[in-house]
Amino acid sequence: MKGKTVLEQQLVWIKTVVFLCALIPLAKLGTGAFMDNLGANPIEKITRTTGFWTLSFLMLTLTVTPLRRLSGWSWPMRLRRMLGLFAFFYGSLHFLTYAVVDQFFDWDGIVKDIAKRPYITVGFPSFLLMIPLAVTSTDAMLRRLGGKNWKRLHRLSYATALGGVVHYGWLVKKDLSNPIVFAVLLALLLGFRVLLRCAERNGRQRAVPRAAVPDSLTPSDSGVRKTSG
Amino acid sequence: MAKLPSSRIPPSEITPREVYQSRRHFLQLSLGLAAGALAPGVGFAGDKLAGVTSSKYVVPDQPTPLKDVTRYNNFYEFGTDKESPAETSGSLKTRPWTVAVDGEVHKPKVFDIDELLSLAPLEERIYRLRCVEAWSMVVPWVGYSLAELIKRVEPTGNAKYVEFTTLHDPQQMPGQRSDVLEWPYREGLRLDEARHPLTLLTFGLYGEVLPNQNGAPVRIVVPWKYGFKSAKSIVRIRFVEQQPISTWMRAGPSEYGFYANVNPAVDHPRWSQAKERRIGDFFKRPTLPFNGYVDDVAPLYAGMDLARYF
Repeated sequence: MKGKTVLEQQLVWIKTVVFLCALIPLAKLGTGAFMDNLGANPIEKITRTTGFWTLSFLMLTLTVTPLRRLSGWSWPMRLRRMLGLFAFFYGSLHFLTYAVVDQFFDWDGIVKDIAKRPYITVGFPSFLLMIPLAVTSTDAMLRRLGGKNWKRLHRLSYATALGGVVHYGWLVKKDLSNPIVFAVLLALLLGFRVLLRCAERNGRQRAVPRAAVPDSLTPSDSGVRKTSG
Repeated sequence: MAKLPSSRIPPSEITPREVYQSRRHFLQLSLGLAAGALAPGVGFAGDKLAGVTSSKYVVPDQPTPLKDVTRYNNFYEFGTDKESPAETSGSLKTRPWTVAVDGEVHKPKVFDIDELLSLAPLEERIYRLRCVEAWSMVVPWVGYSLAELIKRVEPTGNAKYVEFTTLHDPQQMPGQRSDVLEWPYREGLRLDEARHPLTLLTFGLYGEVLPNQNGAPVRIVVPWKYGFKSAKSIVRIRFVEQQPISTWMRAGPSEYGFYANVNPAVDHPRWSQAKERRIGDFFKRPTLPFNGYVDDVAPLYAGMDLARYF
C-alpha cells in the first residue's frame, strides 16, 4: 500500500479539478444572471441549462464502470460518487427552478403538469429516484446496506438516466438532435453492461469455482467503493 | 409586475444599433452594387419607414424591448435555437423580392416588395404576440390590413382559404439545410380570418424595416392566434378552395391544429396554455381567450367547438 501514496496525491488533485469543473455551469449561470446575459427568457435558460447538466453528469457517472473495465484503471471509480452527486445537485436545481421560479409554488399547476404533460410525468419520478441514491451515497450507508443491496439499489441510476433522456426527447418541440445524442450515449453505456454480464455469465460457466466471489468484491479493489454497478 | 433583477441592462452594455447594423448594411450594399442595382433608401433592417400613421389597434401593455423582440425568435429557417435567427439571418437577401398572389383570384399578380409597401398607408399597431410555448411579447408592428391586398386581387367565389408560403432557399436560410420541418414553411387562414382587419401584412417593427430574423421583408401577423400561424418572409399568397395543410400540422397533427387560436382552456400536450410568461416578467400571467382579442374575433368562430377545431 505504501506505493499508492503518489496515486492518492494525484487523486486529490484530480478530484479537486473535477469538482471545480463541475461547478463551471453553475458559475456561468450565476454570472449570466448577474450580467443579464441569459437572453430574453432567463428562467427558460436556467431550466434548460440545469437539465442539460443533470443528464450530462448522469452519463459521466455511468461512464465510470465501462471506462474502468476497458482501461483497467481503478481511479475513475473514486470519482463516481462525486459525479453522481453533481447529477443530483443539478437535477435538484432543475426541479427547483421549475417548481419555485417557473411555477412559483403553483402546486395545483405542478400536479396538473405531472399528470398531463408526458415529459413531466416521466421527468418528475426520474428526479425522485435520485433522492434515495443521494441519501445512500455515504460510506456509512454503503456499509449498512451491504455491498450487494447497495449495488442493487444504485441500479436505479439506469432508470433515472433513461427517464431523463425520454423527458428531454418528449420536451423538445421538433429538433431532436440533442436528445438523440444522449440516447445514443445511454444506449452505448447500458449496452456495454449487458455485454459485460453476458461475458461474465459465459466465463462463470467455464470456470465454476471462481463464481463464488464476484469480480467487484475482491479485496484488491480497495476501499468501500468497490461495486461495479 | 416584479421583474428579474437581470432584466435591466445598463445602457453601456447595449451595442448601439448603428454599430451592429452598419456591417450588415455595408455587406448588403456591396452585394447590391455588385449586382448592378443600387439599393433603394428604404429596405434594410433598421431603416425608418416613412409615413407611418397611428392606429386604433394599440394594446395598453408595455411593449417588449427591441432587443428581446429581435433576439428571441422562433424562425426554424435560421436554426432551432431562439438566439440563432439573430445570428444567422444576415444571409437573407430581402431585395429584390417579389410576392406572387394567385390561385382563386380574378387578378393574380406578382408584386414587387416596394409596390406592396406603397399599396396602402402603413400603420403602427401594438399587438400581443403569444407563442404556443407559453411565452408572450408585445410588439409595435408596422403594416396594413391584409384585406387591402385581398380586395385588389379580387378572390373568386371558390376562394375559401388563403395559403402563405415562406421563401425556400437553403443558401440564404441555413436552417433549411436540415429537414427538421418540411420546407417551404406553409401556413393558412380561412378567407374571413385573412380578411379580418386585425390580420396585418407586416413590413416593420418599432417604426423600422423588419429585421431579417423577424420575417423580413414581409410577413403576416395574426394576433389572436399562436405565433407559428404568422408566416414570415412570404413569397407566395395563394387563394384556395380546400383547407391548406400547414407545416406544423404536418409535423405534429395531434399537437398543432389549423386554427391555433390562443385558448387558455385547450392545453397543448406539452404546455399548459392557461398561463404565459410575458418576456421580461417574473410571474406568469393568465392567458386571455383569443389573446385578448375576443371582442374582435369571437364572432368568426360562433358555434364552433374550439376544443375540436384547435
